Amino acid sequence: MMQLACPWCGYRNVSEFGYLGELLERPDPATTTPEEWRSYLYLRSNPAGRLEEGWYHRAGCRRYFEAVRDTTDNTVSETRRPAGRGGSTGGDEHAMPGEINPEGVTV
Amino acid sequence: MKSRDRLGNGRPSTKISGYSAAALVRQGLRKESDWPRVWRSHDMAGSYDVVIIGGGIHGLATAYYLASRHGITNVAVLDKGYLGSGGSGRNTAIARSNYLTPEGVAFYDRSLKLYENLSAELNFNIMFSQRGHMTLAHNDSSLRTMRWRAEVNKLQGIDSEVIGPEEIKKLAPPIDVSSDTRYPILGALHHPPGGIIRHDAVVWGYARGADLHGVELHQQTEVLGIETSAGQVKTVKTTRGDIATNVVVNCTAGWSSLINDMVGVRAPITTSPLQAAVTEPVKPFLDAVVVSGSLHVYVSQTARGELVFGASVDPFAQYSMRGSLDFIEGLAGNVLALMPGLSKMRLLRQWGGLCDMTPDYSPIMGTTDVDGFLVDIGWGTYGFKAGPVSGEQMAALVATGRTPALIEPFGIDRFLAGRLVGEKGAASVGH
Repeated sequence: MMQLACPWCGYRNVSEFGYLGELLERPDPATTTPEEWRSYLYLRSNPAGRLEEGWYHRAGCRRYFEAVRDTTDNTVSETRRPAGRGGSTGGDEHAMPGEINPEGVTV
Repeated sequence: MKSRDRLGNGRPSTKISGYSAAALVRQGLRKESDWPRVWRSHDMAGSYDVVIIGGGIHGLATAYYLASRHGITNVAVLDKGYLGSGGSGRNTAIARSNYLTPEGVAFYDRSLKLYENLSAELNFNIMFSQRGHMTLAHNDSSLRTMRWRAEVNKLQGIDSEVIGPEEIKKLAPPIDVSSDTRYPILGALHHPPGGIIRHDAVVWGYARGADLHGVELHQQTEVLGIETSAGQVKTVKTTRGDIATNVVVNCTAGWSSLINDMVGVRAPITTSPLQAAVTEPVKPFLDAVVVSGSLHVYVSQTARGELVFGASVDPFAQYSMRGSLDFIEGLAGNVLALMPGLSKMRLLRQWGGLCDMTPDYSPIMGTTDVDGFLVDIGWGTYGFKAGPVSGEQMAALVATGRTPALIEPFGIDRFLAGRLVGEKGAASVGH
């Protein structure tokens, strides 16, 4: 089973996670056109190689995070707390002591 | 015997095999020592009228119908591997037409009709066994959807009916239809014309047919780039040289985003593998094709006696086709929930094939913003059963320049226009 390092919980089986897909810039719903909104909803770059994507630790801490993964061989080069949304510092009341480095080892 | 490379590339041969009873006897007397190659190999020409990227069922069928129906024979089919090395040789070989939307039903039914006559047309036995197809319902809501589907189907003349557990047991005795199971079986959508086909034979049959009509098949030829001029396709760059052409058809399924990127066409596609597995061969005991959407499993027994299992697409996007242990574990549990008697069966092998998934579980077919760049993509988990009709319709589009009515709903512009098809009758997708 492939494992993924949750930035809060460390390595867990990939079956614990929900997949959100490619990270995208969300247009402002108040000012966007229907075409721009549908483009955000549907169009994907779907690269064979490096992909920045969102995950959700469904059967764990139930928090969102970001990963950088190679889609050809599933090598995960980085997992990180999302920036800006209570990310790198937020949610620390539940966080484990210490940071998780890209290898998922607590340091 | 002369040495030649494995696929015979670059060594043109003019011998085309003729299949008949007489040929069978002749080859038998010669101890089958010199069956000729099924299709020829060619040196790459500098230009073709049409270049089809992807030597699977869709690409080969498009080439075949272009040549046989429209007389357009200066056509090249390119594949980076061998013919049928992608989804065409990795699917679970099921054909049916009991879809949910009128667009889907009309389209897949045309494909089934073409499949029914394909062995005769290609003089190549594709072993279409119309043994009936059952989709099981384990709860009230899926039973309700089955009834809906049956009515949509019947309105369009498709043989499709909801049946109860007794009938299911008669059609497929190994199924546990008792009411005290974890997922009791309440009924099934039965589709008698559905069945299984030998998928490799479809690839080889279309390849042979296209070759007989003068189409050139180029294996081990990877496309590196596509050059355009003033928004019109001009050149296809390959590992075996550049090709001048005005028409390119992208038939590369799981890899279609990579070809689209070469001309800047954006599509709502993500690529995920769908895994399948096969058991050791046993005596025939299961006639119908059995599908359970709730359990994410489908089962059929091949002519060779193996049970073929498929499941749902892997839960995250990737281009890797490696099999996973958790898939096999989950599959085995689900199969046993349906057919407890299979607990001693042993798996022979497992594999994965890439599916180019779209948000509305429907394909993307037709022209794009780049003149001369056509797509036949977004085939997700339903590409095999649609091979013949896709080839026929794409060939008509290339030949006439007009989008045939049958594929009109599947245009690439539907996503930004907000006209999604919403095909919930598609296989092996979680709804």
